[in-house]
Amino acid sequence: MAERSFTHEVGKLRLGAGEEFRGEGILAVTKALLQSGVGYVGGYQGAPISHLMDVLSDAQGLLQELGIHFEASASEAAAAAMLAASVNYPIRGAVTWKSTVGTNVASDALANVASGGVTGGSLVIIGEDYGEGSSIMQERSHAFAMKSQMWLLDPRPNLESIAAMVERGFELSEASNTPVMLELRIRACHVYGSFIAHDNRPPPFTLQDALDSPTRDVNRIVLPPASFLHEQEKINRRWPAAVEYIARHRLNEFLGGAAGEVGIILQGGLYNTLIRALELLGLADSTGDTELPLYVLNVTYPLIDAEVIEFCRGKKAVLIVEEGQPEYLEQNLHTILRKADIATRVIGKDVLPKAGEYTGDVLQRGVRAFMRAYAPEQLDRATPLLPPPPAEAPKEVQALAPLLPIRPAGFCTGCPERPIFTAMKLLQRELGQVHISCDIGCHLFSILPPFNLGNTTMGYGLGAAGAAAFNAPRNKRAIAVMGDGGFWHNGLTSGVGNAVFNQSDSVLVVVDNGYSAATGGQDILSSRADNRSKSTKHPIAEAVKGVGVKWLRVIDRTYDVGRMRDVLREAMTTPEKGPKVVLAASECMLNRQRRERPAFNKAVAAGERRVRERFGVDADTCTGDHSCIRLSGCPSLTIKPNPDPLRQDPIAHVENSCVGCGVCGEVAHAAVLCPSFYRAEIVFNPSGWDRLLQRLRASVIGFFQRRAERRRLRHAF
Amino acid sequence: MRSEPRPISIAVAALGGQGGGVLADWLVAVAELHGWIVQATSVPGVAQRTGTTVYYVEVCAPPRDPQHRPVLALMPVPGDVDLVVAAELMEAGRAVVRGFITPDRTTTVASTHRIYGITEKSAMADGIVDANAVYAALQSRSKRLISFDMQVLADEQGSVISSILFGAIAASGVLPFPRALYEQAITQSGVAVKTNLAGFAAGFEQALQRSPMTSLVPPGSGPTTDLGRKIDARISATFPAHLHGLLQQGVKRLIDYQDGDYATLYLDRVREIPDSGSYALTAAVARHLALWMSYEDTIRVADLKTRGTRFNRVRDEVRAQSEQIVYTSEFMHPRFEEACDTLPAGLGARLQASSTARRWFAPLFRKGRQVRTTHVGGFLLLYAVSGLRRWRRGTLRYRVEQERIGAWLAHIKSLATRPGGYDAAVELAECQRLVKGYGDTHARGLKNYGVIIDAVQRMSDRADLAAIVKRLRTAALADEEGRQLLMTLDELKVAA
Repeated sequence: MAERSFTHEVGKLRLGAGEEFRGEGILAVTKALLQSGVGYVGGYQGAPISHLMDVLSDAQGLLQELGIHFEASASEAAAAAMLAASVNYPIRGAVTWKSTVGTNVASDALANVASGGVTGGSLVIIGEDYGEGSSIMQERSHAFAMKSQMWLLDPRPNLESIAAMVERGFELSEASNTPVMLELRIRACHVYGSFIAHDNRPPPFTLQDALDSPTRDVNRIVLPPASFLHEQEKINRRWPAAVEYIARHRLNEFLGGAAGEVGIILQGGLYNTLIRALELLGLADSTGDTELPLYVLNVTYPLIDAEVIEFCRGKKAVLIVEEGQPEYLEQNLHTILRKADIATRVIGKDVLPKAGEYTGDVLQRGVRAFMRAYAPEQLDRATPLLPPPPAEAPKEVQALAPLLPIRPAGFCTGCPERPIFTAMKLLQRELGQVHISCDIGCHLFSILPPFNLGNTTMGYGLGAAGAAAFNAPRNKRAIAVMGDGGFWHNGLTSGVGNAVFNQSDSVLVVVDNGYSAATGGQDILSSRADNRSKSTKHPIAEAVKGVGVKWLRVIDRTYDVGRMRDVLREAMTTPEKGPKVVLAASECMLNRQRRERPAFNKAVAAGERRVRERFGVDADTCTGDHSCIRLSGCPSLTIKPNPDPLRQDPIAHVENSCVGCGVCGEVAHAAVLCPSFYRAEIVFNPSGWDRLLQRLRASVIGFFQRRAERRRLRHAF
Repeated sequence: MRSEPRPISIAVAALGGQGGGVLADWLVAVAELHGWIVQATSVPGVAQRTGTTVYYVEVCAPPRDPQHRPVLALMPVPGDVDLVVAAELMEAGRAVVRGFITPDRTTTVASTHRIYGITEKSAMADGIVDANAVYAALQSRSKRLISFDMQVLADEQGSVISSILFGAIAASGVLPFPRALYEQAITQSGVAVKTNLAGFAAGFEQALQRSPMTSLVPPGSGPTTDLGRKIDARISATFPAHLHGLLQQGVKRLIDYQDGDYATLYLDRVREIPDSGSYALTAAVARHLALWMSYEDTIRVADLKTRGTRFNRVRDEVRAQSEQIVYTSEFMHPRFEEACDTLPAGLGARLQASSTARRWFAPLFRKGRQVRTTHVGGFLLLYAVSGLRRWRRGTLRYRVEQERIGAWLAHIKSLATRPGGYDAAVELAECQRLVKGYGDTHARGLKNYGVIIDAVQRMSDRADLAAIVKRLRTAALADEEGRQLLMTLDELKVAA
């Protein structure tokens, strides 16, 4: 079960011709796939495209009706390899992932499929995780399109354009026998909007048809001499076919005015931001109407030379609005114009930043600088809606910036991964600092406050491989961390198998929370839940032993901080050779609460006896040192002003959002902290027996408490 | 270019889990119910896990010509935001810093409550950011500011902060939608409709009042017993008026901790502090001496844990309903040291020094214990320990702490009487703040305190001694490992 249920969204996928689809950008893509007669869909979850996967995963019924095969692939490479089904057969296929990280993983298969070419339309939908909200290295997917010669679509970020471009993308792919990439930025994936739907189409040629009568063409396989043929084909046949299709169907748009000395060429995905910038400068209205000629590249690779020349001819200068670096488009424009001997100046990253997201503010400044230099009269004629921004922020604003507390991502309330790192921190008190190789997943939050643990992260599933070099004679071992998601993605081979084969002496902690938690709680091979359409419950421990690990410890309750620390200590100090694997397994609390909380509330409402546990801090005994927080960082463990008029430091405080995971108490014990923590068991709908016992206890305790209270009052101030 | 209506832009800043997404959904719904065009987007991802997310919504009247729909932006542009909604005070501050709040355009709807950042929480003393600076900036940068503690209101209504914010947005009048449509948006979403509507109404009403931030001035209460009146009379007769409140708190605490004689000892000690006209030193000693003299030994902890008032406080804190039963387990980890501390001084000291005894009793103290104070056995155990109070003066811990206090006061007095040493004495008095907590935490604090005392003695002739002590104290609170303190000491040595 994914984090959210998408039953409501699945309903939207059934809309027919003429009906209005309302929802997120990435769901519009999903709907458009069904309208395009897609035969199969695969992918690997990750923001910002997770919802595409999650919705299809919940849409099994609909997919079966249409005869579409959906696969939650083991990795992006596995997803990309699925496109092999479109090589020999006229079957449309789509795969999706987060980019550039996913494209990195997929590029082996992508390069192969792009080399041999495709018969059926092949669409690679990539969530370009760039700019604000991104969680990965800042790179462009553009380079992958160029190196493998796949076409890259970058539609205007409204649902109508996005959905249309899905269908056009398949046609382009078929017209040029080339896989096509459709790039959507984070905000475009999450944008709420609407478009008019078409009917869904079952694939005209099905996977079953292919299996019934397979065909093969040795020239589509990447092996000499065909591989040399492929390169010639790309240049001499597929490229011209693509250019012809793109130009004929006007995939790129010429908007704005026709005349003028200057114009703007832009990536389609930046259209809305650019229009807002123009509007604020007084150069466009709110509907995007402008005198400035705009050439909107809904296809950013390849560029159509004839269109570029047509747009630039007669202009003094054009501004190229291209996000990220290197500035491939800008370079390409220069080449095209130079060869055509057109003198139009190309201005890009001279007035716009060389790196970083192009926000409304950035584009406003860039366009103003461009216009000031090349069309000053036009700029002066315009009435800007905003005064030019001051060179620097007002004093009170500047003073504020350093004050504001940072808010790094952290473990959720009750997260089972927290105690693993608490234990590691406690162990470091005994062993000194340890080199820690991290991975991708929620557990990577260990590198941030308050844990500050971890040296490097080399990619998904590569935590163990990242520690491989440290297999040197020493008295202190390195620790590698890997999640269950990364483990099945590739860590089993690149990490565990690699360590066994190379007789690595390092320690690997595999965090098994039962889900691919960071990407939205999707099931994976080792998930312990039942899943109607997938095979789960394949234990990681079996796989680890299967590849030859001898030293394995399984902790099935990570909240036991003391035990966790003891096992880690053993792994770090045992004389035994070979990789030492600690499997730390407790269910992701976010998913557990999603399941258990409604059930608890239902039972309580029905009058059943239930006990809720949560923790608290005694304001009286807490002295405000916050050691507990430095070993935890739980969102529900916070501070509040000290109620004691003499004490000045804020006290620790547990909020009612506490789920009673028990880490606070375990930490207080393991680290010998303080006696301020208490666990409260709140009995809902107590039984008669409960009430009787409670009355008895209260009468004894109350007697002594009243006696003590009387004495205190007598001897009070 | 035509003159089509401009969209109204709304930025919602919320922390993960605060329901910013729900609020954005409601805004979309209310705009659509009104027949307006709406677009919303966000950049969730890992930020959802305790980070900040800005949800951005634009609403626009339908165009006169349906062929010319507005092009709506996907992110706020500084200077071009009509409404900023912040579900926490610092996030409102962040909106100011990002330029989203500008005096000529922006109405700000912000909750003034705090969700502390990890650096504020994990500081070794008081790391809380100055809220007044943020509030002042909000006031000066907003065209209109609607702010109050919305979390408290949400708790009162049994609702969530997003419903209060939604009510305040409706009341702000920035969006031209009638109240009924907002309520319809909540109703049709179908989730926790009753409490969300209650929260909405409360937020709406409160926003109309535009209440300012409340400031807190807790008044002290006078003595209640003959003992108290006697001691209070002494305070009034001996000390200047502006110290009375502080000293009352001090004696109140120490009577509660031990008895009237102990409070008298406290006043005797404060009385001996040589002071100039400012009484800054007396005030500092009065505060920190009371805290030190009420050091948290096992007797004190057992006493505080077994009180009836404490039981009621726990019930309140966990929000137990009257018919529910609450059981508590205390997480305690007494060590061999604490046991010796509670014994008569002679015996305790001998045992503590004996490695054989330590080895013998070690298994008893290896593990932490959970004591169920709401059960008869656990309660009586702690109650009995709290009863050791009357023998406290004979315990090892008492002897040790009184010696430490005596030495501390002697340092302060000797510094204060030295020419130019007064300010340094005040700073040294403040150093009691380092010695707090239990177990390892207490040991670490004590060690740092000792390092500073040594430094003070070495550098007692330095003219800038006060600044040095303050610097060392701050350094001691910078990290657990004492790295900053060592570095500062080195720097001072080099400078000397």
